[in-house]
Amino acid sequence: MITLDINGRDHTLDVAPDTPLLWALRDTLSLTGTKFGCGAALCGACTVHLDGQAVRSCITPISAAAGTKITTIEAATDGSDRIGAAVRDAWVRHDVAQCGYCQSGQIMSATAFLKSLPKGKQPTPEEIDAAMAGNLCRCGTYARIRAAIADAARTIA
Amino acid sequence: MLPDTFPDPLPPALRDLLERDDPAPHAAMSRRSFLKLTGLGGLALGAFPLMAAAQGVAGESPALKPTQQPSAFLHINADGVVTVAINRLEFGQGVQTALPMILAEELDADWSKLRTRFGDNSPAYADPAYGIHLTGGSNSVKNSFVQYREIGARARAMLLSAAAARWNVDVAALRTESGKVLGPGGRSLGYGELAEAAMAQPVPARVALKDPKNFRLIGRATPRLDGGAKSSGRQDFGIDVRLPGQLTAVIAHPPVFGARLRTVDDKAARRVKGVKAVLRVPLEGGGEGVAVLAEGYWPAKQGREALELEWDTSGIESVDSARQLAQYRELAAQPGPRHFDADMTPLDSAPHRIDADFVFPYLAHAPMEPLNCTVRIGTEKAELWVGTQFPGIDGQAAARVLGLKPEQVKVHVQMAGGGFGRRAVGTSDYVVEACKIAKAARAAGFDAPVRMVWSREDDIRGGYYRPMHLHRARIGFDGRGRVLAWDHVLVGQSIAAGTPFEGGMIKNGVDRSAVEGMREPYPLPMRLTVHHPKLNVPVLWWRSVGSTHTAFVMETLLDEIARATQQDPVAYRMALFGDQHPRHRAALQLVVDKSGYGKRRLPEGRAWGVAVHESFSSVVAYVVEASLQQGRPVLHRVTAGVHCNLAVNPRGVEAQVQGAAMMALSMCLPGAAITFKDGEVEQRNFDGFTVARITDAPAFDVHIVPSAEPPTGMGEPGLPPLAPAFANAIAQLTGTPIRELPFKLA
Repeated sequence: MITLDINGRDHTLDVAPDTPLLWALRDTLSLTGTKFGCGAALCGACTVHLDGQAVRSCITPISAAAGTKITTIEAATDGSDRIGAAVRDAWVRHDVAQCGYCQSGQIMSATAFLKSLPKGKQPTPEEIDAAMAGNLCRCGTYARIRAAIADAARTIA
Repeated sequence: MLPDTFPDPLPPALRDLLERDDPAPHAAMSRRSFLKLTGLGGLALGAFPLMAAAQGVAGESPALKPTQQPSAFLHINADGVVTVAINRLEFGQGVQTALPMILAEELDADWSKLRTRFGDNSPAYADPAYGIHLTGGSNSVKNSFVQYREIGARARAMLLSAAAARWNVDVAALRTESGKVLGPGGRSLGYGELAEAAMAQPVPARVALKDPKNFRLIGRATPRLDGGAKSSGRQDFGIDVRLPGQLTAVIAHPPVFGARLRTVDDKAARRVKGVKAVLRVPLEGGGEGVAVLAEGYWPAKQGREALELEWDTSGIESVDSARQLAQYRELAAQPGPRHFDADMTPLDSAPHRIDADFVFPYLAHAPMEPLNCTVRIGTEKAELWVGTQFPGIDGQAAARVLGLKPEQVKVHVQMAGGGFGRRAVGTSDYVVEACKIAKAARAAGFDAPVRMVWSREDDIRGGYYRPMHLHRARIGFDGRGRVLAWDHVLVGQSIAAGTPFEGGMIKNGVDRSAVEGMREPYPLPMRLTVHHPKLNVPVLWWRSVGSTHTAFVMETLLDEIARATQQDPVAYRMALFGDQHPRHRAALQLVVDKSGYGKRRLPEGRAWGVAVHESFSSVVAYVVEASLQQGRPVLHRVTAGVHCNLAVNPRGVEAQVQGAAMMALSMCLPGAAITFKDGEVEQRNFDGFTVARITDAPAFDVHIVPSAEPPTGMGEPGLPPLAPAFANAIAQLTGTPIRELPFKLA
């Protein structure tokens, strides 16, 4: 048994401690907003926050996530988090998604990135690209991702 | 060497489709195609395209009367909510927004009350032009434009008739606006209030469609209906299907296509916590696999990794990429079937010559959502949940595997995380695999739905690639760039060979999907010889299909001729188009004007690149700016000129062009190749197979040529001209043309 603090609630799971957080979220807790893309931290589709840091849940065993505050796309964009909501709204405004499968991970990376910026700092295009370089999108929505992040940064300034 | 996996005869409608070149997508639908559907409440209108042709097609039920088919295209509830069925797979291309826009335009619906749902493999959802269930060939908007307009217009007419009867006034005195019928004296009734009464009205035999100049929704940049759900983790995809008691299957595929199992040691696998069963499963091509059935993906995957398997590859062709290329080069020198012919005698006396070989590798589609399919077998029936471009063909394949009649299989089409052709498989490979696993699980005593999920490694190594190609060109031209003779050879596996599409797509030994994009629209004296070798590698269409390689060859060679004869590449192409190709001219002129090509001074070290190509009835022209940084080609800026006739949703068109261009950019980057050694695929995941990242992405502007002509599709046409435009810019800088993808600098 292992207890995880996910989206502000404790969940006790009866799964092997080496189970990646991704599969605990998806298969055990039915939090399917976090996506499986590669299983090897190569695409970023599974990105969640541990204590506010963006991590790849597909290679993070639940034993390593225990004791941290885990935030998934569902809570990051439900309106309770100002920056997550701003990113979500910018994503909708810019019509970023195509197939949409990678976008949970994109939004989680973008949100962690914007949170990491000093208050009032507007990111440069190079900083946006560097922050998002680990998130693949096969539909090629990158132009709109850039625009949405810059826009979200302005709205939270 | 691909086995014939289609023992059953081709459905007549499919055969007709494949033998038809022009399915007349814009023809009006017959009155007989529209039916009122009872039992749903409100107004429910069905549309059954090609009812007669649809009979007998995969997944259809000839036994059921049309009125018994639960497939309303349009449903208006008493609360005014309008639900529109989507007869296609939504996998990013935006049909879930574009198709309801078309219907809502004619209905004058309130867009804020519009909802959608996906169809299935019932006859209603067949492509009205082709008569089979199809999302592909950039056909969705093109072929369903009139269909969705006519449904909307008919429902509107019925609502008007109902209001006229209610108010006892002439229909001519009424008008509609945003989900309401408005009448004399300020009277107003919402569609929801009228829905039940409208249902009592006859479906009109004929309706007048709007003049495009009166469109209010079509042509307006409209946000995607799924944007909110996809920006908050609330959108479910096929992989997210959760059925009560469902088990997850992960399968060990043979390391070489078609390999069989020699020994299976599953002791360790069975000990993995959560593993329920280990099942030996026959696969296509005579191969075998071992499926691990578990409570979730992770234990199933752990179980798969704990399997000790020995494979038997005796008698199976072992593909090796280097050897294959050498064989292709030899084959190119042999005589073969001709697609075009022309007099080649001027070749040897021509003042200028280009002799070039081009090499294109196998490519994986690599949609971000790994392939998956959920199967629930019942008594005398089965249900599938799957993101598929071919629900009819897949339903029929499932029926064959499960020993059911096609009408006993229901395919629930799921939102899909990309596809790019990988979900349109004539052999239904991953659907068949899921059904075989589900069948084996049932035989082993598991009465549970089975969700098969592929790993990324299964996807990258799973075959059905864009075929590897060799092109060989020998071109003779004069000092003004006039081509005197162009002798061209194309070598590559046929996509259609060994599939149900073979009869329709292969003519005189040439697979037309391999040669599309060759020569046209340029008036060139070309002889085109085609070789389709057979290899133990399953191949498939990949976004824009033949044009993924033919556009590169054509557009880089024409640029080379222009450069060799000191001509501007835009002017050279314009001269070749002449007056015959106004859409090409318009797209190219628009992009030239918008990009500042030839006028704006580029930063030091950058060069312009140009290419234009028509595919799937739309024309896209690119002007790009590129440079070399430490010897590495970098794409800085792309401007697009698009001619797709009427752009139903310009915002969607822009997204499709940007996305297709990024997929094309991926083809140019180091590592964008699937290669074989000793019969095995050498790449495993995104570390070995390159997909473009945000750091590779250029600045991007898309411009659309205004038009009111019936729309042509945009899912694919943005892809073909990007790589040649990029290559042409790099060739300007190096003086040496690029003749291999991914880009190989000489």
